[in-house]
Amino acid sequence: MMRALSWQSLVAVLLLLAALFQLPLANVPIAMTAPAVAWTTLILVYGFLLAGIGADTFMRSRLWRGIVLFLCAHLATVFLFTLISDENGLARPGFYVVLAACWLLAWRCVEILSGLQPRSRAGRIILALIIPAIFGAWILIIWEAVTRGLGIPFILLPPPSAVFTKLIFSLSVIAADVNQTIFKAVLAGYLMGCASGFVAAILADRFPFMRRGLLPIGNLVSALPMIGIAPIMVMWFGFDWQSKAAVVVIMTFFPMLVNTVAGLAVTSTMERDLMRTYAAGYWQTLFKLRLPAAGPFVFNALKINSTLALIGAIVAEFFGTPVVGMGFRISTEVGRMNVDMVWAEIAVAAIIGSLFYGGVALVERAVTFWHPSFRNGKA
Amino acid sequence: MDMQASQPSHATVSAPSVISAAGLGLTFQTNDGPVRALSDVNLTINKGEFVSFIGPSGCGKTTFLRVIADLEQPTDGTISINGMSPREARERRAYGYVFQAAALYPWRTIEKNVALPLEIMGFSDAEKRERIARTLALVNLTGFEKKFPWQLSGGMQQRASIARALSFDADLLLMDEPFGALDEIVRDHLNEQLLQLWARTEKTICFVTHSIPEAVYLSTRIVVMSPRPGRVTDVIESTLPRERPLDIRETPEFLAIAARVRDGLRAGHSYDD
Repeated sequence: MMRALSWQSLVAVLLLLAALFQLPLANVPIAMTAPAVAWTTLILVYGFLLAGIGADTFMRSRLWRGIVLFLCAHLATVFLFTLISDENGLARPGFYVVLAACWLLAWRCVEILSGLQPRSRAGRIILALIIPAIFGAWILIIWEAVTRGLGIPFILLPPPSAVFTKLIFSLSVIAADVNQTIFKAVLAGYLMGCASGFVAAILADRFPFMRRGLLPIGNLVSALPMIGIAPIMVMWFGFDWQSKAAVVVIMTFFPMLVNTVAGLAVTSTMERDLMRTYAAGYWQTLFKLRLPAAGPFVFNALKINSTLALIGAIVAEFFGTPVVGMGFRISTEVGRMNVDMVWAEIAVAAIIGSLFYGGVALVERAVTFWHPSFRNGKA
Repeated sequence: MDMQASQPSHATVSAPSVISAAGLGLTFQTNDGPVRALSDVNLTINKGEFVSFIGPSGCGKTTFLRVIADLEQPTDGTISINGMSPREARERRAYGYVFQAAALYPWRTIEKNVALPLEIMGFSDAEKRERIARTLALVNLTGFEKKFPWQLSGGMQQRASIARALSFDADLLLMDEPFGALDEIVRDHLNEQLLQLWARTEKTICFVTHSIPEAVYLSTRIVVMSPRPGRVTDVIESTLPRERPLDIRETPEFLAIAARVRDGLRAGHSYDD
């Protein structure tokens, strides 16, 4: 059965035709002595792309169309990249035209996959992961194509493949940095900062004089410039992770304080009157009503703080540290023009930050499942 | 202030009084000056009575209930519950209160919501289980123990909140327009169940409503109130039998009482017009 050609497939066909007038897609590097390889590669790229378009047009099952499109678009991309892999700056305009065709097919693939409604839970989870993964992969593919194809200077923007290679070959160094920055400074600072903000919020709630005195001071602390605080903390707590943890404590304390205080105020008069009719005491009302009700606010602070803590610890390491740590590595490798290492640390920090945030968000879902934002619109 | 027929002679022979208010008044201090919410209320409610408070909004019926519950403090007069001050009565958990909305905590299942007062009052686990099962059966919610409030209909939620108010076995039940937000059919059904529950448990019930049929159908006594300032304009003894099927609402006797309530309400209104 033939459907109307999807617009992505149609444009891809036109791009492939246009690219034929721009051959070759890439300049042949001087060292290359077998032009037949380039032709074979070109035929493979065209073959995969046309197969993908064919599958999109003629196949019946949505799932299989998605799978075949996924494979064809990305295999074509892989072979396309072999054309420019020997040297930087080999790509000619035709290369980008064909890459655009690959990208359109990947787009079509995501469109088809998004329309799927898998019955099993596992299927839904895989789908929820694979769609953003294809998106992210194409950001990297285009980045790679631009940096390699145009021969952009390494110092300005290294291609992702070079960053990845650096990451793999410096795993031991990066692991030591992560251990120093994340598992010592960030984790300790985050736990202490969040816990003290939470306790301060409860004290401020229990004793009105604390609320009047503590909240303005908390406000003041949050306004302190981190750049100024970090060197002072280094002087107070030494070069090791303790001074970074102190910076993280200062950064995370206030969001937790303010959010928890706000959360403790969300209960309705009726809910509080109910506790009063049971002659419940302050702590009973706190633990059975006000803290559970404040849960969404507390988790909000935990999520905000998960990223703040990472930033705080990395920046604080710019102001004195033993010769290990993510911030230390970034600042020294920039000085040595090893930007691939800088990017590798940034990538690791981004991944760990996302995992941290995602972990907190998962716990939030489990704990505040009852909140209207999580219960699928049921009143 | 002219019609304080608060202690009809034939109702007070043997039953001990649960609530007695004398010269009760409450003035709220607001930004627009003082507002008199209650004025010179004299009323005695005896054990086992079902008393409805009816009147237009602003007549002080909810305020009166809140004074009984020690959620508001009176500024004039005296009130005692079982011979105690409202504060003492509240601290001894003398009453269960049902609010206009169910006010179930969404993070607790139905059984955990019913267990809430029991946890606060320190009942043992075994007793908690027994009371949850018993009170949920009383409001026909057996089988819904593990559901969360937001998974139930409005009527079921309000029934769960009644179970919660009953779970610790206070002899006095204060209900503030508990069925006001529910549709007519659910309301009829819940009214019928409430009467059965009252007959079985022999509690004293104070019930605030602004529905005339609801007040007449449920009550042994109807207190008609009028606004500005909130005061009692009429107290009507019901002559209906204790056993009341829903179709009692078509009988001439029922309609006669309803007419008297309506007259009382109208008299209160003509006061401002």
